[in-house]
Amino acid sequence: MVAEDGRRLAVVVREQKDVIVERWVRAAAESLRGRVTAAELDREFREVYAVLLPLVGNDGRRIDDERYIEIRSVLAEMSRTRARSGYTPSETASSVFALKRVVFELIGDDADAELFRELIDFSSLLDALGLVTFETFARAREEIITEQSEQLLELTTPVVKLWEGVLAVPLVGTLDSARTQVVMEKLLESLVETGAEHAIIDITGVLAVDTQVAQHLLKTAFAARLMGAECTISGIRPQIAQTIVALGIEFGDITTKASLADALRHALRREGVEVVAAAGKGR
Amino acid sequence: MERVPILEIGGVLLVSIQIDLQDQTVLALQEDLAERISDTGAHGVVIDISGVEIVDSFIGRMFATIASLSRLFDATTVVVGMRPAVAITLVELGLTLGDVRTALNLERGLKILGELRRGSR
Repeated sequence: MVAEDGRRLAVVVREQKDVIVERWVRAAAESLRGRVTAAELDREFREVYAVLLPLVGNDGRRIDDERYIEIRSVLAEMSRTRARSGYTPSETASSVFALKRVVFELIGDDADAELFRELIDFSSLLDALGLVTFETFARAREEIITEQSEQLLELTTPVVKLWEGVLAVPLVGTLDSARTQVVMEKLLESLVETGAEHAIIDITGVLAVDTQVAQHLLKTAFAARLMGAECTISGIRPQIAQTIVALGIEFGDITTKASLADALRHALRREGVEVVAAAGKGR
Repeated sequence: MERVPILEIGGVLLVSIQIDLQDQTVLALQEDLAERISDTGAHGVVIDISGVEIVDSFIGRMFATIASLSRLFDATTVVVGMRPAVAITLVELGLTLGDVRTALNLERGLKILGELRRGSR
């Protein structure tokens, strides 16, 4: 019996592996309300269980230790997949905590003081592991957010060709320095590529303008002019117009138009294109 | 010291800058250009800077200087082919080119000069 000191729990969890995993899956599936199939959970938990087994007997106090590397990476992977499929961090952590109850119930009442101490260690080990999933979860979410904001940056700044020699950038959402920089560079590059002499920055979809954003817009317009193109700003909302005047921002001799249509008409006139309704039609 | 060549084509002086500009080169170019305009009686100057990637405030001022210089000989200056990065730098430096005309490329620059000439006749 002495040789088994501190190892009795380890023997139990190894021998009763299938029963425990089965009950664990059932308990976890209940809290996840059927969003993951039992088979999937079974595969996931078996993997976790396999790396957990040799660790039974540790109390998880120094979770950064080398021997926890494997279980940490397995749990991190699980947590990351969960984060991407939209689970809450509590749901992921309670999947881990569910194992506690399963083991406690299995040991039942025949726990003597020795086994009881082992159970406490096991419990704190699972607590530590639950926290690991929590941490990874937060990190995975951060990654997703960063990815998405990068995609958003790309998505929301298309340079479109309205006419031969007329380019437009419809801006939507909030403008910050990083985004305006991207807009500025993209627009100027497109001017060189297409040889267009007119650019329209449409800010109909922009909700707020501050001095810095206005500065950036002006800089873009001036830079375009330096390159030999003309830049028009269109779609200034009434509230934004008020802000601009209140802030005392001078647009100088940069042309501003009320709507994108007006700006296009202006650009076409400068290009020498006349738009005429077909005979008998139009207003 | 390298010198920037000045070519004459149909009453227009063409300066194509393909090298990294030193302050000395810029000064020499301004002198040469003044002489050539007065010699040839050109009505326009086109400065092609499509090969220039780096500018500083000194070079930025060069355009304005050349423009006012050629204005004295009744010639118009057009700067063509400015790269986006250069344009952004000049704006960030807070430099305006004064009354320099700009065009996206050489062809359009020459077109502007042609139109101006026809207009003044």
